[in-house]
Amino acid sequence: MVPTSYHLILSGILFTIGVTGVLLRRNIIIIFMSIELMLNAVNLSFVALARHFGNMDGQIIVFFVMSVAAAEVAVGLAIILLVFRGRETVNVDELNLMRW
Amino acid sequence: MQSFIDGLIASGVFGGLPAEAIYPAMMFLFASIVVFGFVLPLVTITIWLERRVWSRIQSRVGPNRVGPQGVLQGLADGVKNILKEDVVPDAADRPLFVFAPYLLVWGFLATFVVIPFSSALVIADLNVGILYIVAIVALSAVGVLMAGWASNNKWSLLGGIRSAAQVVSYEIPAGLALLPVVLLTGTLSTQGIIQAQGWAPWDWFLFHSPFTFIAAFAFYISALAETNRTPFDIPEAESELVAGFATEYSGFRFALFFLAEWGSLYVTGAIMAVLFLGGWQIPTGWTNNTVVLNIAQLTVFFLKAYFWVFLAMWIRATLPRIRVDQMMSLCWKYLVPLGFVNLVGTAVWMVIWPEGNTFVPYLMVVGTLALLVIFFRRVLYHLRRAKPELYFNPAI
Amino acid sequence: MDFVTFFALAIPLVVVAVMVIAHPSPVYSALFLVMTLFLLAVYFLFLNAHMVAALQIIVYAGAIMVLFLFVIMLLNLQSDTLRTQRHGLGRVAIIGGVILLAELGLLLQGSSSELAESSLPENFGTVEALGSQLFTKYLLPFEITGILLLVAVVGAVVLAKR
Repeated sequence: MVPTSYHLILSGILFTIGVTGVLLRRNIIIIFMSIELMLNAVNLSFVALARHFGNMDGQIIVFFVMSVAAAEVAVGLAIILLVFRGRETVNVDELNLMRW
Repeated sequence: MQSFIDGLIASGVFGGLPAEAIYPAMMFLFASIVVFGFVLPLVTITIWLERRVWSRIQSRVGPNRVGPQGVLQGLADGVKNILKEDVVPDAADRPLFVFAPYLLVWGFLATFVVIPFSSALVIADLNVGILYIVAIVALSAVGVLMAGWASNNKWSLLGGIRSAAQVVSYEIPAGLALLPVVLLTGTLSTQGIIQAQGWAPWDWFLFHSPFTFIAAFAFYISALAETNRTPFDIPEAESELVAGFATEYSGFRFALFFLAEWGSLYVTGAIMAVLFLGGWQIPTGWTNNTVVLNIAQLTVFFLKAYFWVFLAMWIRATLPRIRVDQMMSLCWKYLVPLGFVNLVGTAVWMVIWPEGNTFVPYLMVVGTLALLVIFFRRVLYHLRRAKPELYFNPAI
Repeated sequence: MDFVTFFALAIPLVVVAVMVIAHPSPVYSALFLVMTLFLLAVYFLFLNAHMVAALQIIVYAGAIMVLFLFVIMLLNLQSDTLRTQRHGLGRVAIIGGVILLAELGLLLQGSSSELAESSLPENFGTVEALGSQLFTKYLLPFEITGILLLVAVVGAVVLAKR
């Protein structure tokens, strides 16, 4: 049997990949996808810990995370579409209207 | 299935091979037997049947040259498609273009895992069986989008986007139409749903209450839309988009698209049979032979599934294609609210009659039979007035 | 989950997750993300979370990713090279990522084995177990999630109709 820490380490690696993606890429859609990756890494640790303690609460939190992620994607992509219509770019460095 | 492999291992068929190697190997073996021995003939015969049915409806003869009555037409078409040149356009995105048809075919093959053909013939009776089917069907939208985008062709892209929008939208009424059945049985396993019904029509969920009757047809319409069938075949509307997402494909990959389309048509029929028509249920007690019993159950299941497949063919030969806006308004303005009404109605029905109403199912069966009798009288009236030699010989 | 299954799933998972952020073309990134989410769903199956695995495929790999692909194709984004989008943060990002990983690793020093399959509750991870918890203990969060989704739907329609 795999120790629970293995699942948590995998979750940490995936989360780090997500963080790196947000910092590294300038395409707003890729940044958005990296955020989804981070959410999924957290889901993985919740499911692994639910399994570890034999308690369903972790899986229920995953259910809520998924519905919040769905809501976030729907609104976020609508905003991205609007921004693209106005400014013809998805590069976050060029979307600097609100910058100091 | 696992117990079967365990039995083989125990009897020493494999010698001293490790069990970790035997299980995957046996899984591959069974999967290829299922795909080549069962699914491929099934799909080619469905395609042949569809062409024959259309021809009869349109007063033509249809394919009748290859084999008896043209049954082997699908085989001939398959060989022709394999022998053709496999063109990958220069501007296409090669890896995605090549991969997309496989994803689609995989999407419909994976649903066969949970379809119970008889009380014993099911690959895996998952406890989330129906949800599993919904999930796998949702993934096929990715394959279609991939094919449309990778072709680098405006018709393909438009077809892919239309198809994805359609599949994602109609998933909701389809899921809502499943829920009354799940409410009634309290399980998502396909075998469990069938066992909750009986062999007689008044024990089927189709006639359980008016709400499940409506839910069955709401699910059927949504499933037609999800598999891109007429009147919802706007993703590959010939008169607008050439062939939609399949425009740039040729040879064997083109054949794979057709395999997926008619395969998922059969899957639709099978799911309808499982959910609403009592699946493989037959009267018990007339035989003790397990093999005979399973063959009888298999036959009944196929007849029920092919009833819905035939209905889809009939619809395709009869109805014109609807527009995109009509397709979307049908989904969001009519089927989704209807789905919620069915769900609440079924819940109320279950509260009032926890054991099911004893009178309404019989009434609904009698009403349906009366409608069918009226329909066939009309058909026979027209047949008598037509030229009999043209219509009464289906085997030209 | 035994070690063979773990590595057979974990290594592809990390590879496709890296491809999500490393591939220049947004469409490929999205498809790699679909693969990541699908592999995670399989992973959840091995952790006795059947319902969550099914939801993962329906919600994430089905609906959310199709939405992503849709937007990418509608915007007709060209693939951008990593070079054109370098802006000084690149090296910082990688160093920061490594430090974060090291910290997470340090936190996981003590390791304990997971519960044996037999010691799990009877219907752990099934639809019934999840549903009964959701409609009793977590009823209020569940209702609030429903309102959140309604707000998101209305917001998305209003924004996109502009």
